[in-house]
Amino acid sequence: MVDYTKEIQERAKRLLEDKKVDAVIGYRQGTVPMMNEPILVRETGKTDQLYWDSFCGVNLANYLTKRKERLAVVAKGCDSRNIIIHLQEGQIKREQLHIIGVPCLGMLDRRKVWAKLGDKEPLLVREEGDQLLVSGRGFEERLKKSDFLQDNCAICIHRNPVLYDELITDPVKEPQRTDRYEDVRTVEAMDSGARWEYFEKLIEPCIRCYACRNACPLCYCPTCFVDESRPQWVGKSLDPTDVRTFHYLRAFHCAGRCTDCGACERACPVGIKVRQFTKKLEKDVWELYQFEAGMVLEGRPPLDVFLPDDPEQFIK
Amino acid sequence: MSEPFEPKIITFLCNWCSYGGADLAGVSRLQYPPNIRVVRIPCSGRLDPKFILASFRRGADGVWVSGCHPGDCHYIAGNYYARRKFALLKGLLEHMGIESGRLHFSWVSSAEATKFQQVVTEVTEAVKALGPAQHFIKKMPEVA
Repeated sequence: MVDYTKEIQERAKRLLEDKKVDAVIGYRQGTVPMMNEPILVRETGKTDQLYWDSFCGVNLANYLTKRKERLAVVAKGCDSRNIIIHLQEGQIKREQLHIIGVPCLGMLDRRKVWAKLGDKEPLLVREEGDQLLVSGRGFEERLKKSDFLQDNCAICIHRNPVLYDELITDPVKEPQRTDRYEDVRTVEAMDSGARWEYFEKLIEPCIRCYACRNACPLCYCPTCFVDESRPQWVGKSLDPTDVRTFHYLRAFHCAGRCTDCGACERACPVGIKVRQFTKKLEKDVWELYQFEAGMVLEGRPPLDVFLPDDPEQFIK
Repeated sequence: MSEPFEPKIITFLCNWCSYGGADLAGVSRLQYPPNIRVVRIPCSGRLDPKFILASFRRGADGVWVSGCHPGDCHYIAGNYYARRKFALLKGLLEHMGIESGRLHFSWVSSAEATKFQQVVTEVTEAVKALGPAQHFIKKMPEVA
């Protein structure tokens, strides 16, 4: 098994020394365990801060929007797909980018680890193969990594980067086509009133902090619809209809573009499963237009093109 | 005895076809239910999902959007883009619990006064059958 952290550091150092890029975007260890944060490294001396483990869930494509310098970026499967979307939508140029591809084995959900530990506070979290070693005051536990995967990673089918300039190690085996939409179908099977209640419960704790929007690489409008005031399409209050309007529109803006990277869900401070909104759209886009976001550089996003015989059974 | 339920249906009509169709229906003295409230838009492609959500939020019982038949768009392709947008939007709104009879789409040309009459009737009946909208109405006062 290759040491991912060492590989990333060495490659970043070389790129900066050769002056191929002005900066490298990667991850560094956060101040608390299981919370890695993005870092932009400009000096060779600081490349030793770059880090990799199974808590690098932040989508780094989010930090590329409209940048002017030449950048190297560490990219998992989903990050690379979001980079493709950025390229398609003209947010950055291919010549500016050097993509360090990282074959990913799935990111872990810190909330699941916390839940497992109960009131024990983890102070040190290390990885050994497929095990997670969590220790704190007066306890040490060995956990099986695969039990703590983020929900989106558990059903991921594109672990290897789609677009890259170099890969830090051999591609990993892609999982067989798993059932990606089991949860969507469960909701679809309910009647309309039950679905309403389901989503009502789902978004009840929402505090409208917009963390899901901010973590999302797709959200880069100069003025977001939630900040528009004349006309004001989304009320600022915590009235349930305003909260729901926000979630509807946030999801709809991601239609045909969402790669299911899970950044929104990961960022939510109150643990709302916000992917429930985007996944329905992802499923529909696949079923109606056979399109998967960010898989090929050529072509346009599905809402930017049309076919004369697109499905229209719902139109009178 | 209570009055029968008369729904309010916010209707977005494309200036170049359905709006003309409505006009022709009027000029031809075709009778149709008075439940629609027409908003003229330049093209069905102009319809932003925000408009639909705002209509529901402010108490509409139904929303109906009508544009030109595929191939007849005044702007060549606006309705083709709109069609993809509507398909996904309708799917999402219904997935999240808005009843399927509240949101309607149609293609009505400016010559199809009878189709206009027929669609208004269908839409009104569908919304009437569902009763007044309960879910997506904002109860707090709007503050701008």
